[in-house]
Amino acid sequence: MKLITAIIKPFKLDEVKATLEHAGVTGITVSEASGYGRQRGHTEVYRGAEYRIDLVPKVRLELVVRDEVVDDVIDRIVEAAHTDRIGDGKIWVTSLDDVIRVRTGERGIDAI
Amino acid sequence: MTVNSGDTAWVIMSGALVLLMTPGLALFYGGMVRAKSVINMMLMSLISITVVSVLWALFGYSLAFGHGSQWLGPLHLGGLGDLVRTLTDNGGTQPVPALAFAMFQLTFAIVTVALVSGAIADRARFAAWTVFAALWCTIVYLPVAHWVFDLGQVTAGRVTGEGVLAAHGLLDFAGGTAVEVNAGIAGLALAIVLGPRVGFRREPMRPHSIPLVVIGVGLLWFGWFGFNAGSALGANGLAAVVLLNTQLAGAAGIGGWLLVERWRDGRPTGLGAASGAVAGLVAITPACGYITPTASLAVGAVAGVLSAFAIGLKYRFAVDDSLDLVGVHFVGGVWGTLAIGLFATRVVNPAGGDGLFHGGGTGLLGHQAVGVLAVLAYSFVATTLIARLIDRTIGFRIPRDAEVEGVDFTEHAETAYELDTRTGSGSFLAGHHTPGGRA
Repeated sequence: MKLITAIIKPFKLDEVKATLEHAGVTGITVSEASGYGRQRGHTEVYRGAEYRIDLVPKVRLELVVRDEVVDDVIDRIVEAAHTDRIGDGKIWVTSLDDVIRVRTGERGIDAI
Repeated sequence: MTVNSGDTAWVIMSGALVLLMTPGLALFYGGMVRAKSVINMMLMSLISITVVSVLWALFGYSLAFGHGSQWLGPLHLGGLGDLVRTLTDNGGTQPVPALAFAMFQLTFAIVTVALVSGAIADRARFAAWTVFAALWCTIVYLPVAHWVFDLGQVTAGRVTGEGVLAAHGLLDFAGGTAVEVNAGIAGLALAIVLGPRVGFRREPMRPHSIPLVVIGVGLLWFGWFGFNAGSALGANGLAAVVLLNTQLAGAAGIGGWLLVERWRDGRPTGLGAASGAVAGLVAITPACGYITPTASLAVGAVAGVLSAFAIGLKYRFAVDDSLDLVGVHFVGGVWGTLAIGLFATRVVNPAGGDGLFHGGGTGLLGHQAVGVLAVLAYSFVATTLIARLIDRTIGFRIPRDAEVEGVDFTEHAETAYELDTRTGSGSFLAGHHTPGGRA
């Protein structure tokens, strides 16, 4: 079992969500995030002053999947979130010890 | 002079219109600050209504409009009450009861004091602001209003005892100097004494609600018709010209400001449109009773352009004049007051003058410049002293951690927007009360 965390551009959420449904992913958690990577921030002009904005708005997706589908899911996210412009985001994968479904108490793969 | 019903009705109505400007200003300012400072910003305007109204009844009207010296009226405690004797014949130059005039002018004093608060958004102790409002109204606004607005009394067919700037030849129809230059430069002085906000020149500090700003500017604009056209102190042709001039300058102000933004920044903004309207309305305030409608378009448009450029100066000089008192009110007030020296014509107002463009030479322009400089210098020095005194004694700023958390919660135990709908964040302590609010 793996936790896949993906940081993507906010306007790509629709496409990523659609492709994950086709991959048989049963659930995702989405939250708004902000931060910077190698792109750093951007400059902004407002009311006669120029600012460097360090923290850029992003969307963070978290999903728990079986080991077999990890590569497929990653490929799909990369394909859907890709714009070839700076700041497309990042994906990382974390191994999980256990997963529990609160309603039934099922554990492990059955709980995904 | 004997009063009549038509003129009286208009001045009474105008007093109500101008009072609406202060809650309007609260919305205008409240929208421009960040979400953590809205209550504080609005309360600084609302408390000005209380402070100035009380002072006005006790001695304010007497000091500003009582006939004493050219510099200040007499200190006549409770003088407002005596005016009930002059309801039908006021002995002055206006055909309205003295009490109607006193109410009308009270609303000017309120909104002028409230205006100053825009310079110190996010960081002032509410108690300190309240004390400042009382001292500033008494020491700065009342004398300056006397210099500019006291048009004297009629004795044996002659006008005598005008305020010193009015007597010197300054033309200021509704308060370009006494209200706009005065509040604008006071804002600068206050911002210098308090120092910049945490994060000034580092974070954009964008306004949290442009819709509030637009509602506020709508109320301000509506009230401004009373401010300017009410200053004709009669329901007459002059009031009609002033009403139209006010409208045209506000409209042109939006256009001027948005053109600058389009050219300089690439895109016109909502805050720019609202600010442009105010810049145009500020600039026409002194000039509205002396110039033609066409000239009003020019005055408003130039005000929008000048102010749109001027608001960038605070970053260069590192003075956190938070809501642009200098850029909008000071610059607009100076421009509008000087513009009288260019555009004024006796065709519009025989009691006015002729400016440079109407064959009047540069004399009037000189009188206008003296008026601006006198108000600017007195207001800046006196405001600095008052603000320093308050800062040294009771302290003017909230602590840094309170400012970062938000002045609304730390000063008022309130937040403008309670958006958290989760349950289970606390529990009720029956009957328990912690003095001072937060436990």
